[in-house]
Parts: sequence; structure tokens; C-alpha cells
Amino acid sequence: MTEASLHPALADPLAALGRRLFHGAGELHGLRRLSGGASQETWAFSFHTPKGLRPLILRRKPHDRQSELAAGLETEAVLLKLAAEMGARVPPVFYVLTPEDGCGTGFIMDRLEGETIPRKILRDAEFAQARQVLARDCGEALSLIHRIDTARLPRTLRAAPGSVRLAELERTYATINRPNPVFALALRWLAANRPPDPAHLALVHGDFRHGNLMIGPDGLVGVLDWELAHLGDPMEDLGWICVPSWRFGGIDKPVGGFGERRQLFAAYEAAGGAPVDPFRVRFWEVFGALQWGLMCAGMAEVYRSGTDGSVERAMIARRASEVEIDLLDYIAPLVHEADDAG
Amino acid sequence: MQDDPRAAEILPAIATFLRETVTTDHSAHTLFQARVAANACDLAAREAQLAPASDAAELERLEALLGRSGTLAELNAELAARIADGSLTLETPELKAHLWATSMAKLAVDQPSYASYRRALKRLG
Repeated sequence: MTEASLHPALADPLAALGRRLFHGAGELHGLRRLSGGASQETWAFSFHTPKGLRPLILRRKPHDRQSELAAGLETEAVLLKLAAEMGARVPPVFYVLTPEDGCGTGFIMDRLEGETIPRKILRDAEFAQARQVLARDCGEALSLIHRIDTARLPRTLRAAPGSVRLAELERTYATINRPNPVFALALRWLAANRPPDPAHLALVHGDFRHGNLMIGPDGLVGVLDWELAHLGDPMEDLGWICVPSWRFGGIDKPVGGFGERRQLFAAYEAAGGAPVDPFRVRFWEVFGALQWGLMCAGMAEVYRSGTDGSVERAMIARRASEVEIDLLDYIAPLVHEADDAG
Repeated sequence: MQDDPRAAEILPAIATFLRETVTTDHSAHTLFQARVAANACDLAAREAQLAPASDAAELERLEALLGRSGTLAELNAELAARIADGSLTLETPELKAHLWATSMAKLAVDQPSYASYRRALKRLG
């Protein structure tokens, strides 16, 4: 079966684009939809060029579907280019779509080789070497991202430091309308412990965690999915990668289940980042845990309303309780010397 | 009190999946969903087995904390509201123990293999 017969609405204009970009060559190969991304589509394909097969990824928005919090694909393409200029490991942008291409809005980037599935990255022998250096790689990547000159960032990027993010989280809790004593306690803690907004906001990736980090046998290959990028407190990114929900069983390794906070912080500072304030990071860890907990709790209504009545959706809703335990570990610990202080 | 959706609300979705998806769609995604459905059956069994006793214990603690009787849903809503307005805090006797006991009872049903839960079990002895 040809690509065109499977996905004609995209395959035809994409094939035409390939022929145009490679002057008659550039035949389209292996177009397939990848999972993930509700508001945006991600597709894998290759162009057959005179130099061989070029594996690519298309990120596009077919219609006018965009979350008000999403940065927008044109913005994502700009951020990827700026991050690449800083020397951060990101997929190179190959082409930005124009309306004449007829493929929707978005961009095409090179397809990196690597793995994003946490359990493989944390368990498989193939990634044993990577696990040794990943906390360092993450610290370095974030340091470079956070030092991007904000004067060069798209004006459309929203500003959302801690004060704004916490107000959003409080609204989310109220909207979900499922009274939860532990979540209420966490919101109190966050309000009482929120550090002042930084004087200068930085580019924050906004979703720097497993699933969005392409990992190879030697470490970090690329930082993906910039959909939630915004201007904010750079420590938000350091906190989010340490949230217990992203440790996948490796709870004694706070950084993504593979590393220590001190490795992350040291690499961040060594790559030119501002000195890390562990208390600020801790605020963002608690914030991130609650953010994920509310995301899970909100799935109960998605399930009940029939918007998505799948068993999988129901089971995600029932993961909110995992976050309760993690939040209590932070704000009402059973032992005072936390085991994961690293 | 267990979170929504409860087992009784999840079971019909499992039945629909078995009748309509498993019989017609043999893709890798169906295999993945089948594993999720099996986990959901386990969860439903744990809920039927554990929730009656843990709900009763939780209700008793809530009535002692709030000094009144009511349903689990009512008292949990009141507890959340009083934590939110600051009238109950971690200084309140028994609040911390109550929150831990309640969340642990949820995890015993939802995800008894969750690493933070296993560690807390050991700490609680």
C-alpha cells in the first residue's frame, strides 16, 4: 500500500513539497502518524534524496486547533533554532511550512535516533552508559536553553513566572471541583513557600522530562516537544525533571530516576547557568507534582463525560493518588531526613 | 474514600472493550489496551476487597477531626475546605496521620507497586 492511499490529504502535498525541495528528487517514503499530542499532529517520514534517505519528523496543526497555553508551532521552530545556536542538543529544523505547501501550519525537522520510553532508558543494558551522564547532560542542556537571549524570542511567547503559574494551578483545582485534602494542603504550602518571581524571566522549556528527551547509548540526543515553552522562572525546568512521577520506580534517583540533584545542579552551573537555589527548585518540584496530580484527577471528568471513555483514561484518573503520597513526602514527611535529599 | 472513577464505573468500559475492540482490532494498540484492562480488573478486585473497611476507618477519623457526622464525600469536602482556609493545619493533632492513612488506603487499591508507597509502608511499619 502506498502512503498516498493511506493518508492522501497529507501525503499528496507533502510529496509535492519533497519534489520541490530536492528539485525533482525527494520522493516521499514511509509516512506514518506517531502517537501523542492532542492539539498537534506528529508524523514520521523520509524524503529519498540524491544523497540517500533523509529521515524527518513533521509537526503540524491541520486546522485551527490550539490550546491557549501552547506556544504555537511557528514559535517552536524559532525556539529550536535558537537552542541549536546555543549548542543545545535539539533536532535541527529542516523546513518551516508555508500556506502554499498545503500541509497545514508547522515545521519539518530531522528525525533523531534514540529512545524516549522511560522503562527502557532506566533498565536496558544499552543505556547503562547513558544513565551515568544523563543528569549532567540535562543540566547542561537546560543551562544553554535558559541563557537564550530573550530579546530574540517571539513576542507571542507568554510570560508565566511562579505567581502566574500558581494562580493557574489554583484555578485548575477549583475547576476540577473534586475536593482533595492533600491537594488543598499542597496549594497552601505552595502559596506560603513561593519564591519571588525572578527579576529577569528566562525561556523555560516547560515540559522537560521523560518522553520529551531523546536518549541514545551515550546520553541525551535531543530535547523535544517545546509546546509548553514560556517565559518564566528557569528553576521550573529543574524542578519538573525531579518530580517523583517521572522517576518510574527509581525513587532514590531524583533526576528522572537516573541521577542526583547535585549532578544536575553542578552541570547547570558549569555550563554557565546562574547558581542554583535548591529551595526554589524544591518549590517547583512540589508545584510539578501537584500539577501532574491535578492532570490525573481531571481525567475522571473526561472519562465520565464520555469525551474519552477508554479504560486507559479511567486508569490515568486513578493515578492521582500516587501524587498524594509524593506530596505528603515533601510537605508532611514521615521521617525528617528525606532519603532522596541527593 | 477511593477516587473517581470507581470500579463500578470502570467495569462497563472493560466489557465494551472486550466485546467491541478485542474481537475486531488485533493491532499492537489493542494488546496494550488489553494489559491496561487487566490492570483495571485487578484494581476493581482490590477495591471490592479493601475499600469497605478503609472507608469505614476513614469516616471514623473524619468525624473525630471535624466533630460532626456526615457522608465520606461531605466530610472530605469540608476537610479540604478547612485546610484551604487555614483553619486546619499540620499542627492540628491527627491531621497528618489521617492524611497519610487515607492516601495509603487509596494506593493499596490504585497502585500497590508504586515505589513511594512501598517505601512509606516500610516507614509506617
